[in-house]
Amino acid sequence: MNFSEVFKQSNQLCKVSPDGKYLATCVQYRLVVRDVSTLQILQLYTCLDQISHMDWASDSLFILCAMYKRGLVQVWSLEQPDWHCKIDEGSIGLLSSRWSPDGRHVLNTTEFHLRITVWSLCTKAVSYIKYPKACQKGIDFSRDGCYMALAERRDCKDYVSVFVCDDWHLLRHFETETQDLAGLEWSPNGCVLAVWDSCLEYKVLLYSLDGRLLSTYSAYEWSLGIKSVTWCPSSQFLAIGSYDEKVRILNHITWKKVTQFEHPATINNTKAVVYKEVERRPAVGSDDLSLHNITIGTTLFNTQSKYEICPLPVQLPVVKPDPDRANPKIGVSTLAFSSDSRYLATKNDNMASVVWVWDMQKMSLEAVLEQTSAVRCFQWDPQRPRLALCTGNTKLYLWSPAGCVSVQVPTEGGFQVQSLNWHCSGDSLILLGKEQLCLCYMDTDQEDKFFRTSVQVAGMFLF
Amino acid sequence: MGEWWTTVPIGTSMGNYDISSISHVTMSPLRQNNLVSMYSSLPLSKSSYNVISAFCTEDNIPQCISYMNQELASLGLSSTCIEASSPGGAGLSTVPALNAMYELLQIHRRNMGTLEELEKEQLKKSSSMEHMQMNNSRLKDQLELSIREKSGLHETERQLQLKIKTLQSCLKTEKEEVQKLQSIISSRASQYSHDAKRKERETAKLKERLGQLLVDRKDKKLAIDVLNCLGRSDGKRSHWKTAKATASHEGEMYKSLLSDYEASQRALMLENAELKKVLQQMKKEMMHILSPRQLSTRGADSDGEEKAGNSSRETLDQSCEHAREQLTNSIRQQWRKLRNHMEKLDSQASQVQNQLESNKEVIPRETHEDEMERMRHEVQQCKEFIHAQQQLLQQQLNTSFDDETAALLNDCYTLEEKERLKEEWRLFEEQKRNFERERKNFTEAAIRLGREKKAFQEDRASWLKNQFLNMTPFTDRRRCSSSDGQSALSISKFVFKFKKKYADTRFKSRSRVRCGDLSIFSLGEDENSLT
Repeated sequence: MNFSEVFKQSNQLCKVSPDGKYLATCVQYRLVVRDVSTLQILQLYTCLDQISHMDWASDSLFILCAMYKRGLVQVWSLEQPDWHCKIDEGSIGLLSSRWSPDGRHVLNTTEFHLRITVWSLCTKAVSYIKYPKACQKGIDFSRDGCYMALAERRDCKDYVSVFVCDDWHLLRHFETETQDLAGLEWSPNGCVLAVWDSCLEYKVLLYSLDGRLLSTYSAYEWSLGIKSVTWCPSSQFLAIGSYDEKVRILNHITWKKVTQFEHPATINNTKAVVYKEVERRPAVGSDDLSLHNITIGTTLFNTQSKYEICPLPVQLPVVKPDPDRANPKIGVSTLAFSSDSRYLATKNDNMASVVWVWDMQKMSLEAVLEQTSAVRCFQWDPQRPRLALCTGNTKLYLWSPAGCVSVQVPTEGGFQVQSLNWHCSGDSLILLGKEQLCLCYMDTDQEDKFFRTSVQVAGMFLF
Repeated sequence: MGEWWTTVPIGTSMGNYDISSISHVTMSPLRQNNLVSMYSSLPLSKSSYNVISAFCTEDNIPQCISYMNQELASLGLSSTCIEASSPGGAGLSTVPALNAMYELLQIHRRNMGTLEELEKEQLKKSSSMEHMQMNNSRLKDQLELSIREKSGLHETERQLQLKIKTLQSCLKTEKEEVQKLQSIISSRASQYSHDAKRKERETAKLKERLGQLLVDRKDKKLAIDVLNCLGRSDGKRSHWKTAKATASHEGEMYKSLLSDYEASQRALMLENAELKKVLQQMKKEMMHILSPRQLSTRGADSDGEEKAGNSSRETLDQSCEHAREQLTNSIRQQWRKLRNHMEKLDSQASQVQNQLESNKEVIPRETHEDEMERMRHEVQQCKEFIHAQQQLLQQQLNTSFDDETAALLNDCYTLEEKERLKEEWRLFEEQKRNFERERKNFTEAAIRLGREKKAFQEDRASWLKNQFLNMTPFTDRRRCSSSDGQSALSISKFVFKFKKKYADTRFKSRSRVRCGDLSIFSLGEDENSLT
C-alpha cells in the first residue's frame, strides 16, 4: 500500500473523473486537475469566487464549479482550457447545481426551490421546471442517463415528474400517495422508481417507469419511520433502514419483505466475526519531553491499533439519543451494498462506532467492526467486495471477507481522515481530511498477501 | 299398707306355698309399679321365697329367730327383736314381729321412694342426653356446612386474586403502551415543530428577499455566457420537439420496460425449470427408494402408471398449471409415503433395539463372535498369501542370476554411469575446444602486444627526440602548439594504449593461471573495471 503526499483542498471537493484518469480538487477559488497516476498538475483554472460545489461531466471532458453565494456556475473544458462558460442565475440565487447525464446540460436549483433552470450548453437555451420539492433527495437520474425523476409539490400534494433527458420532454406526471415525500431513487435497471415518505410515516411506494403504482410497503405506523433507502446493484433487493434500528429487505418480484436485519446492543448466538479495534499506546517512558524526543516521535502521539476478534457475547457501546430533539441519532442511517450485491454494510446511529456487514446470500450477519470512535464514512470498492472506512483519526480501515486491517496514514502532522472515495478501478482510495487530501494506492499484486497476513493475525487470536 | 297382707302363715308349711297364692294378693293401683317391680323381682323373690321356704322349718325356728334378730340388728333395727312366744315353742311373739315387719316395710318404702327418684333422675338425664346428642349432631352439621362455606369462599377469593393479577398486568401493559404512545407523540411533535420552524424560517427568508427585490428593482438578469456552443455528447444533431418525438419517447420507455420484464421473466422461467427438474429428480428418487419395498403389486402398478402418466404429461405441457399441480401433488404423495416408511423403519429399529437389549447376552454376541472368527481367518489367509508372494518374488530375484543375466544386469547398472560419463566427456571436449580458441586468441593478442610494444618504444624514442629538439627556443610557436596539441593527443593515445596493453598483459598472466577455469564472465568484468 502506497500513500501519496498530501495536497491541499477545500470544502471536501475532490472528485475523480468518470473515466478514472483525472483527479479534480478545489482549493479556495482554484480548480486543480491532476493526473491520477502521477498526480502532476495538468490544468489549473481560476473561478470568480470560492467554489461551493464541483462536479465532472459524464464524458470526463468538462467540469462545473458552482459558487452558491454569487449565484454563478462556471464550466471548464479539459481539452480546451481557453473555453469558458459562465452561467449567472441572477437575483434568484442558487441553491444547488448539477450536470445532466449527457454532460451538456446544467440543472440549477434556485433559492427557496422556486424552480429548476435547465441550461443547455449546446443551444444556450433555458427551460424551467416549476415547483420542485425541497426534500432530502428530490431529483434522481436513472443509471443509463435516459430519464430523470423529479419530486414536486403543488397544493399540498406530492407529485413525481419523469423527464426524458434527451430533450427534457415530460414523459409522466403522477401523484404519489405520500404525506410528505422525502426522497426518490431509480433502481439500477431503470425500470422501477422507489419513493419514500418522510420519517413521520413509514411508507415506501414502488412505481414502474410508466407511472403505475406497483406496490406499497409499510412496516409499522406511528413511530418514526424510514431513515435511509438504497437499491442493490443488481436491482434484486431494496434495503430500507429505519428509526427502529432495523433494516428491511424487499425483493423485486413480489415487493414483499424477505428478511429484516436487527442491530441489537448485545450480540450473541451468531456465526459472524466481531472485530474490535484495540489501541496500543506506545509507552512514554522517560519524563524528559525534550524537543528532540517530540520531533522524533510523532509516533509518540500516534497510537497504534489493530483488530482483535472478540468472543461472543459482545456488548456494543450504545449512546441514547435525546428524546426531545427532532431527527434523533437513532436508527439505520447509512446503507451500502457491495458492487457484486453480495454484502450490505450498515451503520446504526446510536452505535455510531460500529459497522455491520451482512451477507445477502445467506441473509445473515457476516461481520461486525467495532471502532474506537464514531465511523464517519465507509464505502465499498467498486470492483471487489472490500470495504474501506474511516473514523476521523489518522487511520484507514479495510475489511474484506478474508480479514480486517487497520493502516496508519503515514503523514507528518497527523492527517485526520474525514471521508474517503474509491477510484472507479478499485486500485486507489482518495482520503480527504479537513483541508488536505491524500491518495492511497492499493498494491494489487500484494493484495491477497496483504489480507492473508491479516487473516493470519486474526487467526492467531482465534486459536 | 292395709292390703299388703300376705297370707304368710307363720310357722307351718311355708314351703308349700307357691307363687299362685301370692298372686292373690290385692294391691292398690299406686303400688302398681311396685307390683310390677315386685313381679319382675318375683322370680328372684320366688327363688328367695324358695330360699325362705327352705330357710325356716318347724325344727329350726329358734335358729331362724336368732338369725332374723341378727339380720335386723345389722339393718339397724335393734329395738325390735323377735322373740319366741314361748321358749322352745314353735310360735312367735307378735308385737316385736309386727314391729320388725313394720320397720322392714318402712325401709322398703323408703327404698322404693329412692328408687323412684333415681328412676326420675335417670329419665331426666337420658332426656337431657338425648337433647345434647341432638344438639351435637345439629352443631356438627352446622360445622360441616360452615367449613364447606369457608372453602367456597377461599375458592372465590383465589379466583379474585387471580383476576386482580391479570388486571394488574393488563394495567401495566396498558400503561406501557400509553407511555410508548406518548413518546411517539412527543417525538412526532418535536419533528413537526422542527419542520414547522424550518418552514417558517424559509418563509421569513423569502419575505426578506421579496422585500429586497421590491426595493432593489435592479433585476440582475439571468444569463449564460458561453465561448462557443458545444456539440451534443453523442455527436448527433438535436431534433425538434414533435409529436413523433413524443411518441418515440413513449415507445422507448415501453421498450425498456418490456425488455426488463422479459429479462426477469426469462430468469424466473429458468429458475422455475431448475426447480421443476429438482422436484422431478426428488420424486424419481423417492419412488426408487420406496418401490423395492412395496409389497403390494397394486401399489407398484399405481406408481408405475402414475410415473408414466406424469412423464407423458410433463413432456407435453411443461407450463400447464394442471401439470404443475399434478407434479406437486405427486411429490407430496411420495413424500408422505416416504415419511410413513421412515416412521415404520424407525419403529422397527426401535423394536429391534429393544429386542436386542433384552436378548443382549445370547444372539448378538454369537453373531459377533462368528464375524470376528471369519475376519481373523481372512486376515490369516491374507497374511499367508502375502508371505507366499514375497517369497516367490525373492526367489525370482535370486534365481535369475545366470552369468549372462548377471553380466546384463551389471551392464545395466553401469549403463547409467556410462551415459553420465559420456555426457561429461562431451562437456569436457567442448570446454577444451573453447579453451583452445581462447589460447589462440591470447597468443594472437600477445603477438600483437609485442608488436605494439615495439612500435610504442619507437614512438617513445621519436617523441623524446622531438621533445628534446622542441625544447629549443628557435622553433615556431604555432608548430609547437600544434605539435604540442598533437603530441598531447598522441600522448593521451599512447597512455591509453599503454594502459590497454598493460591490461592485456595482465589478462594473459591471469588467464594462464586460470587455464582450467572457463569463467569468461569474470574476465569480462575485470576488463570493464580496468578501463
